[in-house]
Amino acid sequence: MRFDYDTSYHDGKRLLRYPSQWLAYGLLVAGLLIAPWVLPSYYVGELNYLFILSIASLGLMVLSGYTGQVSLGHSAFVAVGAYAHAWLLAQGVPFAASLLLAAAISGLVGLALGMPAIRVSGLYLAMVTLAFAILIEHVIGRWKSVTGGYNGMPVDPPVLFGADLSDLTSFYYLCLAVLAVVLVMLVNLMRGRTGRAFVGVRDSEAAAASLGIWVAGHKVLAFVISAAVTGLAGALLAHHVQYLTPEGFNLLLSLELVLMVTIGGLGSLRGAVLGAFLIGMVPALISQVKPLLGERIARQFGLEIFFFGLILAAFVLFEPKGLNGRWLKIRAFFQTFPLYRKDVFRRGKSYMKSERYR
Amino acid sequence: MSLFQAKRLDLRFGGVHAVRDLSFEVRCGEVFAIIGPNGAGKTSVFNVVTRVFDPNAGEVVFDGVDVTRVPRHKIVTHGIARTFQNIELFEGATVMENLLLGCHRDARQSFLGQCLWTRRVRDDEARLRAHVEDVIDLLDLAPHRNSLVTGLPYGVRKVIELGRALATRPKLLLLDEPASGLNPEETRDLAFWIDDIRTELGVTVVMVEHDMSLVSEVADRVLCMHLGEALSTGTPAQVQSDPRVIAAYLGH
Repeated sequence: MRFDYDTSYHDGKRLLRYPSQWLAYGLLVAGLLIAPWVLPSYYVGELNYLFILSIASLGLMVLSGYTGQVSLGHSAFVAVGAYAHAWLLAQGVPFAASLLLAAAISGLVGLALGMPAIRVSGLYLAMVTLAFAILIEHVIGRWKSVTGGYNGMPVDPPVLFGADLSDLTSFYYLCLAVLAVVLVMLVNLMRGRTGRAFVGVRDSEAAAASLGIWVAGHKVLAFVISAAVTGLAGALLAHHVQYLTPEGFNLLLSLELVLMVTIGGLGSLRGAVLGAFLIGMVPALISQVKPLLGERIARQFGLEIFFFGLILAAFVLFEPKGLNGRWLKIRAFFQTFPLYRKDVFRRGKSYMKSERYR
Repeated sequence: MSLFQAKRLDLRFGGVHAVRDLSFEVRCGEVFAIIGPNGAGKTSVFNVVTRVFDPNAGEVVFDGVDVTRVPRHKIVTHGIARTFQNIELFEGATVMENLLLGCHRDARQSFLGQCLWTRRVRDDEARLRAHVEDVIDLLDLAPHRNSLVTGLPYGVRKVIELGRALATRPKLLLLDEPASGLNPEETRDLAFWIDDIRTELGVTVVMVEHDMSLVSEVADRVLCMHLGEALSTGTPAQVQSDPRVIAAYLGH
């Protein structure tokens, strides 16, 4: 049994409060650091991809999970980041600067989308962002002088301070480092004033405004942060796929990102990473189990989308709080052992909100 | 000394004349109640003052400053905080986070500082926490400190909302039906708290309330509204015995 017992006002904000947490996260970090030396190279490549997806998923989580704004257009930010990075590298910009500039350009695109888009919310916002993604896909297809159009564009290898990072192991550490930095910065941002304001804007705009939170400003800020982080993921993805075509950033990628944050558990950065890992592994898992399914099923087109749908339906029905919610329950089971009851996490009656003014 | 003045406020929604030529003033350090039948325009007055709606005419002067046209999120920096008739808490957050959000305008944290979680930001968080603990002490919220708002009983949620408004360090507190949905015991607690807020914290209180026993107990002066107009102003006893007020409630 463990009770949270604060002895100073700093305690409540500490991320790793207990020796067991230090141990668990220490083991995780150690495991991730030695992984490329013990895993076959196929899995290292898969992990690279999962890390990149996690970064993109974290980006969308800031927007959808924390400020409650739906986006069906995040593939566009991945694309903007990827193409901006590839173009900058081709112009001879050093790798690190190009990575940051790609994130900044994507953030600016996010600003340009966010300023008009925050006027609408819910389903309408989903439509606006969807239209935006289609627009960007076409711009990339037509803007041949920069993007190579539908023929695609090769990506120069990543070279950081003279060291070539294009082999799997070096690229693994690069992706892991970027993911770690993004995750830590977002965790910090979300436990501070800005993250709280995001949650405030999500849960009640009327109350948020009455407390001095600039609702429109924070919604746009969430768009910018989200776009920049997703663009950063795009820049890394450019190296992972090594050759960019507009088809690589289609609607399915946007949907996968939405699935990641929903299945991971909206409003939790841990959920974003867990969701990215689950959804990112589905294609690989399917190819593993395909031989077991019999030829007629294995040859069917669209198995992946079927499984995405199945997973989403199962989560909505059985674990609406997502992987993060499941994790919290498992953790609570051990922390409060043997007192855990099934009802511990049952939500209380929520009171109807009527006549909310926005 | 008057802290707050509404001068000839007028608010229309198409054909509905919600507030008609309404003027009143609130003195520093008093508890001022606004009563009236449903649809009298009481909440509309609050919404004009907190800048949810733009009045069609008239002005709002607070502490010598004209606040009729300040942006909606700036009104709290002038020292005006409010609660809502239908509780508007942040459901997905804990009680602590809700109260910390009340300190939003007080927080001194740069964007980069938050990302890097610098010492300055950590100290600022601790300072806000200390302030929130004062509010928790005042309103006896300690048992619920780390609970999620969803799932707390209605009465507690009302108190949390009051606490969140207090966390903004207001000079003027607007309470929209603070006692609605509370049981008699909770209403009595509320009366004590309103009195504490006025005497200990020196906050002026304006409340919209239907519960006349609460109004008579804590209010210094009462404004009765009917169909958007001011019908009568005075002490609770004076207003209650005004024949026009009785006619408004019971019909002619």
